[in-house]
Amino acid sequence: MKRFGISEVAFDIAPLRQRLLSSRAGAYASFEGWVRDHHEGRAVEGLHYEAYAALAETEGERIVQEALQRFEIVDAACVHRTGSLALGELAVWVGVSAGHRGPAFEACRWIIDEVKARVPIWKHERYVGGENKWRHPD
Amino acid sequence: MSVTVLYFASLRDAAGVASETLPLPASLTALYAELRARHGFALPAERLRVAVDGDFAPWDSPLRDGCEIAFIPPVSGG
Repeated sequence: MKRFGISEVAFDIAPLRQRLLSSRAGAYASFEGWVRDHHEGRAVEGLHYEAYAALAETEGERIVQEALQRFEIVDAACVHRTGSLALGELAVWVGVSAGHRGPAFEACRWIIDEVKARVPIWKHERYVGGENKWRHPD
Repeated sequence: MSVTVLYFASLRDAAGVASETLPLPASLTALYAELRARHGFALPAERLRVAVDGDFAPWDSPLRDGCEIAFIPPVSGG
């Protein structure tokens, strides 16, 4: 089953959460990343995410599979947006079900950190005043 | 004997195209050095990862006719 996805359009998290339900799970933790109105002191008007989709899906899937090995969890999934996003829009979602809350929180945090560090997706920020910039963090 | 090179994010903007077909290069490092000079890429090779045929690969990977190469600038998803 595919546990990592790229979505070119806004997506609903209810069915994604539904897929993680299990009678073995006593806990569910999720993370939502939203488009924020500022970055490093500059006012952000909106942004655009671009992905190397084929490799992003391969690497994202690897991350979720690694989390399933590394943590005592039942299931996990992640979806990342691409395309143009407005302020406040959902950019990325991670959900984890587990027997207990500790591993659910830990795996959720680990997955989002790994996705941010490894998956070939790039953020292009548009600032108030017309400037724009690709983010390539050090 | 040629390869396809894919560009993303700031590299795509600098190159002005999303991909191009080029003669088979001697190595990935030689190819990036040539492309950096030609397109004025700001990022040095040390800050990039590279993918060959859809998966991450070491910079010293052998290249063959028809392969697809992508230089991966520092990512910023999430």
